[in-house]
Amino acid sequence: MAVLKTLLYLFVYPGFLFLIVYSTFCEWFDRKLYARFQNRIGPLHTGLSGLLQPIADFIKLLAKEDIVPDAADKGMFRALPIFGLAIVMTAILYLPLWHYDVRLIGFNSFPGDLIVVLYLLSLPTLVFFLAGWHSTNFFSTIGAARVLTMLFGYEVPLFLAVLSPAILAGSWRLAEIAHFYQQHPLLLLPNIIGFAVALICLQAKLERTPFDIPHAETEIVGGIFTEYSGKKLAMFRLMADIELVVGSGLIAAVFLGGFPGGLIRGFVYFIIKTLAVIFLLSLMRAVTGRIRVDQVVSFAWRYLAPLSVLQLLIVILIKGLFL
Amino acid sequence: MEFTVPIGPQHPALKEPISLRMTFEGEVIKHADVRLGYNHRGMEKLAEEKTYIQNLYLTERICGICSHSHTTCFAQGVEKLMEIEAPKRGLYIRTLTAELERVHSHLLWLGVAGHEAGFDTFFMYTWRDREVVMDILETLSGNRVHYSINTIGGVRRDIDEVQRKTILGSLDLLIKRTNYYTGIGVNEPTFVARIAGVGKLPRETGIALCAVGPTIRASGVAQDVRKDDPYAVYAELPFDVCTADSCDVLGRVVVRVKELLESYKMIEYLLKNLPAGPISVKAPRKAKENEVVSRYEAPRGENMHYIKSNGSDKPERLKVRAPTLANYPATLEMLKEGFIADIPLIFAAIDPCICCAERTVQMVDARSGEEKVLTLAELRRYSIDYYKKNPIRKEAEWPF
Repeated sequence: MAVLKTLLYLFVYPGFLFLIVYSTFCEWFDRKLYARFQNRIGPLHTGLSGLLQPIADFIKLLAKEDIVPDAADKGMFRALPIFGLAIVMTAILYLPLWHYDVRLIGFNSFPGDLIVVLYLLSLPTLVFFLAGWHSTNFFSTIGAARVLTMLFGYEVPLFLAVLSPAILAGSWRLAEIAHFYQQHPLLLLPNIIGFAVALICLQAKLERTPFDIPHAETEIVGGIFTEYSGKKLAMFRLMADIELVVGSGLIAAVFLGGFPGGLIRGFVYFIIKTLAVIFLLSLMRAVTGRIRVDQVVSFAWRYLAPLSVLQLLIVILIKGLFL
Repeated sequence: MEFTVPIGPQHPALKEPISLRMTFEGEVIKHADVRLGYNHRGMEKLAEEKTYIQNLYLTERICGICSHSHTTCFAQGVEKLMEIEAPKRGLYIRTLTAELERVHSHLLWLGVAGHEAGFDTFFMYTWRDREVVMDILETLSGNRVHYSINTIGGVRRDIDEVQRKTILGSLDLLIKRTNYYTGIGVNEPTFVARIAGVGKLPRETGIALCAVGPTIRASGVAQDVRKDDPYAVYAELPFDVCTADSCDVLGRVVVRVKELLESYKMIEYLLKNLPAGPISVKAPRKAKENEVVSRYEAPRGENMHYIKSNGSDKPERLKVRAPTLANYPATLEMLKEGFIADIPLIFAAIDPCICCAERTVQMVDARSGEEKVLTLAELRRYSIDYYKKNPIRKEAEWPF
């Protein structure tokens, strides 16, 4: 029974199958919202109000010619999309969905799994960097340099922002953090600054406007993805969608009280909370323009890092004085 | 580490083919160079084969955005050559179309600037509202892009009371929207962070490099053909020349938005004070031997046509100097010491129209970098000589 449950966990929900279907839904949701914010219609024809459009795009890309440039490092060039996809798919297994018990420590829920998820969310950045670097194209190389430059900006504020609710909950385990805030929902309020900082950093991590600098089409063509086509590009796009789901899931688990109530209710909570986060991310994408890479770093260190330190201070004070 | 990156001839930031060669150190541009000639269409030569009235429609097709500026510029010159004068009402309608065209061109540019800065929402909004002015132009002329409203000696279509009311009604919406964009253009932090202080063109450099239009006006020089050398009915229109002192892309946005508001004022005045009378006079087919230079303030800057007549019904020579060409030297100056990220914005800030500007064939020696301009005859002789000396190779290998 336990084996069956684990297999279900890995392959159906929240693993492989659910993740792919839900990430395409999230892409549709994001595209539709973005379009409506811009006074457009958005995907419309494929499926019910364009629901199947991301899947259609994916299949279309799979069927396209797949070119590996002569100058590229062939092995790395081929391996990176699969590697990246595997990383983000692993990351979702650590989100506290239904296959865990707060009292028991299992393979997917243990003290420190918060750090593991953050680590697994940092790796895609490295994958993007390597993908750009090994393409050996001018535009890819510049894109790759930009990926790393941005990483130095947003990574520290993100870690600090995500750690403050963990400190308040007194645990490094996602399940326990979520459980703590389910018991004390009011304590979510002091984390509001951290929530904002984490949202902005997540936007940067996902490389969406205003942080879509590594693949700014008007500047460096496709950026890190310039040389990618066909199946490999499809993998990368799917990877970005899944990263969106995992990233918003992490924010929902840490800042919005997780997904209580077992399989069915937890599922509903997961959908509602991740969509709420994605809504905010889409809004941010629609109302801003792209900034420059040096502006990202200075913005992150001038505003985001001090704000997240302030958040830590608030959390420590609350913990010392009231709890 | 220094490296050279080609931007164009095909690049997502450039909607038309042009090649910019940039030498970078990291993200900073050290040297910029421009290569032209990817869009040569031989229009000036073709103009010599066509009559004046046919040429009106040919010059219209020089550009898809400022089509009216080229026809007006041409028609003005030919009217001078033929020694006729368009009636007042005709000139009013001509000016009205010109200002409406400026509105649509500037709205289009605002959207492009937003897109180049990665601010796609701004792009979608301005282009939606550009539809309003496109509809006005359609009401006026029956066409959205090539209005074909000019003829030699006046205009081809009159305005009636219903059209006048419709246009005045739509104008209110445009004014409201433009004020809203002014707010976004100078207040939205991510957008302003990208355009403020970018692409500096100091006043003196701008004058020395002969920049024109909003580019030079944003450097604090009140240069505008409409004021300096009034044509059509601009001498009697109430309007100000808009300038900005910031000398950067932000200044160019501000100038264009201010010009939009000035244009609305002019359109309103033109419609309210439209004189009665005929819209055109009959023009002769032939023009006496003479030459003329006609100037016109296109949305992008000063447009210049040189026309030489030889007594027949066809021009002996037509030379077009589009505003974009005048702005290239200044652009290269603006690009220096900028960031990679700023290239599209700086380049877009002159509102480049490559297809207007391409006039000559330039040969660039790839090894020495030497450039020379060849005429067609020279080019022909060159190719014949070349193949005399170098027999055609049978097993030629594709170099790439």
